[in-house]
Amino acid sequence: MADTMELRDIEVWDGNMAASQALRQVQVDVVAAYPITPSTPIVENYGNFTANGYVDGEFVMTESEHGAMSCCIGAAAAGGRVATATSSQGFALMVETLYSASGMRLPIVLNVVNRAIGAPLNVNGDHSDMYMGRDSGWIQLDAYCPQNAYDLNFIAFKVSEDHDVRLPAMVHQDGFMTSHTAQGVATLPDDVAYNFVGEYKPMNDMLDLDHPVTHGVQTEEDWHFEHKARQQHALMTAVIPKIEAAFDEFEKLTGRRYNLVEAYNMEDAEVAVVCMGTSVETAREVAEEMRAQHGIKAGVVGIRVFRPWPLEQIAAALKDVKAIGALDRSSPHGTVGALFNEISGSLFNTDTKAVLTNYIYGLGGRDLTKAHLVSIFTDLKANADAGKPTTPLQQYIGLRGPKLSFF
Amino acid sequence: MEKKGWDGFEIGAMLRSFDGATRDIATTLPEDRPYSQSNSFTASVADWRIEKPLFNKDYCIDCQFCWVYCPDMSIISRDKKMVGIDFDHCKGCGICVEVCPTNPKSLLMFAEQQDEESAIAEWPKKDTSKAKEEAKDE
Repeated sequence: MADTMELRDIEVWDGNMAASQALRQVQVDVVAAYPITPSTPIVENYGNFTANGYVDGEFVMTESEHGAMSCCIGAAAAGGRVATATSSQGFALMVETLYSASGMRLPIVLNVVNRAIGAPLNVNGDHSDMYMGRDSGWIQLDAYCPQNAYDLNFIAFKVSEDHDVRLPAMVHQDGFMTSHTAQGVATLPDDVAYNFVGEYKPMNDMLDLDHPVTHGVQTEEDWHFEHKARQQHALMTAVIPKIEAAFDEFEKLTGRRYNLVEAYNMEDAEVAVVCMGTSVETAREVAEEMRAQHGIKAGVVGIRVFRPWPLEQIAAALKDVKAIGALDRSSPHGTVGALFNEISGSLFNTDTKAVLTNYIYGLGGRDLTKAHLVSIFTDLKANADAGKPTTPLQQYIGLRGPKLSFF
Repeated sequence: MEKKGWDGFEIGAMLRSFDGATRDIATTLPEDRPYSQSNSFTASVADWRIEKPLFNKDYCIDCQFCWVYCPDMSIISRDKKMVGIDFDHCKGCGICVEVCPTNPKSLLMFAEQQDEESAIAEWPKKDTSKAKEEAKDE
C-alpha cells in the first residue's frame, strides 16, 4: 500500500510538479519514460515518489521515447493504468507509437510539455509538438497554467479510461512558461483525487488469462477502414459528452470550472483572438486593457480541448464577432496556421461575415508581449471596421528584421 | 469470416483466440478447443503451398522429430503417435522430411496435386547403399 502524502491546500508547484503529483494521486501502475527537457521533472518526480513508497507501481526507464510509449502500450494492453511524459524531439520519436496506442484503443495519459522542434535545436516552448500530434487519434487537452496541468490530468484519466471512450489522452502545457514557473496550485487530498478518477477498470486485458486476446493485429483493405471509422466515431461522439460530464463533476468537487472552449469577455466582443497555452492568460489581460483604455470590445477564446476539435462550440463562441485573429505558435511550413484552418472550417458554413486573419508568434520560446497583443487587437479592430482584411492574412509577430507576411 | 460493418465488432486492434472463457487450455486437444472464427486455427493459411509432405506410417518410428521441428504446428500427433498432417496450416517447407531419420523416410515431399494412394505406391525402398556406407564408417 502506497503512503499518503500530506499536502497543503495550496502548494507552490510548477507545471511539472503539478502533473507528477496528479500522476501520483491516481496511482499509475506503469510509468515508462525517457527524459527530455522540459518535461523531465515530471517523470523524475514520479520516479522519486515511486522510490520513496508513495506509489504502488512500476517505473520503467527505457532506451528512447519510442521505447517509452511502446512500453506504455504493452502495459496498457496488459491491463494497467499507464502514463508518461515527453516533449519536442522525443514526442516526434513517439509519433509512430501514438497511432498504435489510439488505434489499439488503449487509455494512456501522456503529459506533453510543449517545446519547439529543431532544427535549429531549441529547448523552449512553442506548439510544434502539440500540432504534430493532432492527427494521431489522441484526446488533446491544453493547460494554460500549473493549476490547469494538475486538474486536467484527472480529467484525462477519467475520460480516457471510460469504457465508452478507451482513447489515449494528452495533457499539454507550455514548456518553461508553465512547466518551470511555480505558482500557487490548489490541491486535492490523495483519497479525494483518487476517488474522482476511480479504480482502473480493465478491458480486454492480456492478463485476463481465461480470455486470451491478440492485441495489435494486422488488417488490410478488408478491415482497416472499418476500424479507423470506429475509432473516429468514438473520438467524435463519445469524448465531448464525457469531457463535459467530467468538467461538471470536477467543478462540484473543486469549484474550478473548465469548458471545451474558454470564452473571456465574448458576450459583447467585436474582435477576438483565439489562442492556446499561456498566451490565453496574457491575451485576457490585454483584452481587458483594450476595453478600458482603447474602447475596443475585445474578447479571447482559449482552446481547452484541441482534439476532438469542438467545432460547434467554437462556431458558437465566435458567431457574433466581426474580426478574429487566429494565433498559431508553430511554424505552419507552407500554409496558414492550424488554428486559422480549424476556425475557417468551423465558421465556413455559418452566417458569419467575420474577417479572419492569422498570426504566427512565439516560435522557440520567443515572448508574446502585451504590446504584440495590443497591435493584434488594433489590427482586428481595423478589419472589423472595414469589413475586410486590412492586413495580409498571415503575419509574423515578434520577429526581427523586415515585416514578414503572406497571402 | 463474416465482413461486419464498422460498428459490428469489438473495439481496438484486438482479436479473441477463443469463444467464451477457457480454462486449462494447454491440456485441451486442439479439436476440443473453442477456437474463435478470428483465430488462424479456423482458417486455411496454406494456399501458397506448391509441394506437400506425405506420410507413410509403415516406416514411422514415432520419434516425434517432425512434430518438434514443424514451425507451424502442422504435424498432428496423439499420445506420442504420429497421426498425420494439418494441410490447412502446412506451408510445405519440408523441414519434417529433412529431420525424418528413418530409411526410407516416413515423410516425403510430393507435388501439391498428387494423391496419397499413388504417392504411397511409388514410395522408395530402403536405401541399402546408405546402410553399407554407414557400416563402413563404423
